[in-house]
Amino acid sequence: MTALARSFTFLRAPLGAVPRALLVLAGVFVIAGYVLPLWNLTMFAPQYPDGLRLDIYAHALAGGNHGQDIKEINVLNHYIGMRSLAAEDFTEFRWMPFVLGGLALIDLRAAVLGSVKELVDAFVLFAYFGVFSLWSFGYRLYLYGHTLASDAAVKVAPFTPPMFGRQQLANFEVYSYPQAGSYVLGCAMAALVLAIVIAWRQRPRVAVLVG
Amino acid sequence: MQLCEGETGMASHHRLFHGAIAAVGVLLVAAAVGCSPRQPRNGRAANASDVTAAALQTYVAPGDLDEYYMFASGGHSGQVYVYGLPSMRHLVTIPVFTPYPGTGYGFDDDTKKMLGGLTWGDAHHPALSETKGDYDGRWLFINEMNGRVARIDLRDFKTKEIFGPAPNVSGNHGSAFVTPNTEYTMMASRFSIPLPKGTYAPIDKYATEYKGVLAAIKIDPQSGAMSMGFEILAPPFDFDLGDAGKLASDGWMFWSSYNAERATGKLEVTASQRDRDYIAAVDWRAAEKAAAAGQGDLIGGVRVLDPKKIPGLVYLMPCGKSPHGVDVTPDGKYIIGSGKLQGVTTAFNFEKVQTAIRNKDFTGDEDGIPVLRYESIKDAEIPVGLGPLHTQFGPDGYAYTSLFVDSAIAKWKIGTWEVVDKVPMSYSIGHLAAAEGDTVSPDGKYLVGLNKLSHGRHLSVGPSQPESSQLVDITGDKMKLIYDAFTEPEPHYAQIIKADKLHPIEVYPKDENHHPLAVWDLKDTGVTRNGNKVTVKMIAVRTTLTPTSFEVREGDEVTVAITNIEQTTDELHGFGLLDYNINLVIDPGETKTVTFTAKKGVFPYYCTNFCSALHQEMQGYLLVKPRGLP
Repeated sequence: MTALARSFTFLRAPLGAVPRALLVLAGVFVIAGYVLPLWNLTMFAPQYPDGLRLDIYAHALAGGNHGQDIKEINVLNHYIGMRSLAAEDFTEFRWMPFVLGGLALIDLRAAVLGSVKELVDAFVLFAYFGVFSLWSFGYRLYLYGHTLASDAAVKVAPFTPPMFGRQQLANFEVYSYPQAGSYVLGCAMAALVLAIVIAWRQRPRVAVLVG
Repeated sequence: MQLCEGETGMASHHRLFHGAIAAVGVLLVAAAVGCSPRQPRNGRAANASDVTAAALQTYVAPGDLDEYYMFASGGHSGQVYVYGLPSMRHLVTIPVFTPYPGTGYGFDDDTKKMLGGLTWGDAHHPALSETKGDYDGRWLFINEMNGRVARIDLRDFKTKEIFGPAPNVSGNHGSAFVTPNTEYTMMASRFSIPLPKGTYAPIDKYATEYKGVLAAIKIDPQSGAMSMGFEILAPPFDFDLGDAGKLASDGWMFWSSYNAERATGKLEVTASQRDRDYIAAVDWRAAEKAAAAGQGDLIGGVRVLDPKKIPGLVYLMPCGKSPHGVDVTPDGKYIIGSGKLQGVTTAFNFEKVQTAIRNKDFTGDEDGIPVLRYESIKDAEIPVGLGPLHTQFGPDGYAYTSLFVDSAIAKWKIGTWEVVDKVPMSYSIGHLAAAEGDTVSPDGKYLVGLNKLSHGRHLSVGPSQPESSQLVDITGDKMKLIYDAFTEPEPHYAQIIKADKLHPIEVYPKDENHHPLAVWDLKDTGVTRNGNKVTVKMIAVRTTLTPTSFEVREGDEVTVAITNIEQTTDELHGFGLLDYNINLVIDPGETKTVTFTAKKGVFPYYCTNFCSALHQEMQGYLLVKPRGLP
């Protein structure tokens, strides 16, 4: 049997119970990823010993201290001419819920229709979504730090806030880390990878002729 | 930080499935833990101190006395607050620009007249009187935004005089800095206006028709009485803070200013466009001579010198934008000025300033006032940290600069310009005050950071939070935070003077009371009438207000003059007259008057300031006969 034939056979193979269960799990994780915060930025300064917190959801921004922290961050950022963080500026918040819903449905579809090729579809689309989202997030951070009003009271060199880890920006210690939402999405990804691995191990050893 | 790692390579499907569950588990645990810390890296521990050492240093045992007085401005409360150091105990409030029933200030005829109908003032910068550049303990001057300066006599801690509103000065922020021999107390406009006051000009003519004013108020060397000296016309910059030159730079006055752009509107943006604003260097002795020679024009009744017409009075030193403090070193050789959005403070060399003036080393002019070349007059840019605001000095060649943005104090060495230490402040320090730290001989033991925020450093008292003032020990190489105190709103600056320089009296000696309505013998008390004007001479002594009652007619203009004939420390008496909004407090040996129009009825008066066991019995009646009654 040629390699092509073998892969063809594999893709058409029906999924076992475990990969199907993992697909359902992945779908559940994707839904959880919609509900839970994806990323958190926390910034401390001497004047802010409790920190200012910004949680990023797939559908919204949420500030700490009952939302007040976003206003505070915006007040501080206006000194250096940074744009205000405003939900309506993020087109992501409009399409991400649909995309996540779609990805969950694709996972469930693969679990029901149950062949390897649906599983691969789910994986590829999810991987594409993941990479694009991370790029988009990084680009957002870059844009906010690089489009500073030229008439700002305080002129600072353009900068990119940290995407991951700790960074000192003037008098602020800034921490940026993924949150539960990103982790469950990571779990969804892991579940899909595992489903593929298991499906591979369970693959039929003889050619299945398709009529 | 754990990242997701799928587990692979297991033999059986079951083990694979278990592996998958484990991987998911790892991720879920990581998710639950999160990564952003609850506290900053240095945490709050940075603001802690060696408790035992700090306690011993700041503890002033019951009955013991503090070493220093601190006079803190009360900002928009309009008062001056007196604290003892190192205990940081609030000793007394000196009412200045705002009525204060506690001492009856603003209720008797004299203080009411002194307040001039204004019941608030924004008191910013206390200035202790100086002799040869050192505090002499005679008076304390303090400015107020409505164009006024008050003089407090440190013999009795009482406001004796309020000068102003000074003509032409608008928004008197850059005040009440005194010259080294208290020749003058200074004033400067923060909010330029068209002159004289009452003139109209549209806001778009701001750059040309609005004028700033720098003013020198003359102080009588014997009595301390203030009178108008001279004024200098200035471009419409917003003059902010000042300090008089001393020793090497004696005869000069320095004011920081912002808005070199001469902008209006949203100043936080429009006045922040240029990289540099100016420190105005004023040769006040030359100005004094010019005024004495009759130069300048009368504007608003004051002799105003125009530096365009009289060259040599004012020079502009470019400084980092939006500066606040401008502070002259104890030897007078350097002028320290900082843009408050910068990370450095600049040390300008006074000698180089003089050389640049001689060599006409100018880069341009503003309304005919030469602008000195920055590079030619600066000695160093000291990397103190973010947001340098104000600098004070120690006795050993060290300077202390408050850092608003960094919320810290930087200690650095004059001459080597080396930053040697930093101590965090909680939080957002504005001004700072070192013991005698702006004189020719700083004392150097303590420094107080006057913070703008006190967030979480005290028991919660609701949204109106007190200001925090923190005591720092500056005797060692390292600054040590030793005490948190919570001060009345809102100290913009404070001055600290060695306690043994003051010798306040505790009673007003009888011999010094020359009040025309004072009476010292009970038989001299009583009521005299002149038409509808009634004068009541009253004595307050334990425990009777004599007369114990008096009668007038409805509509009479009644003046009650109360003399407290006690000569015993702390035997104050009050005179509260119900339904008249009158409350006087008369110190031992003092006479105060209050004048009111009588309305019909019977009104009790009583002693409001507890005086003795029979204090409650110290009461009487004002009887007012209605019109028409015989």
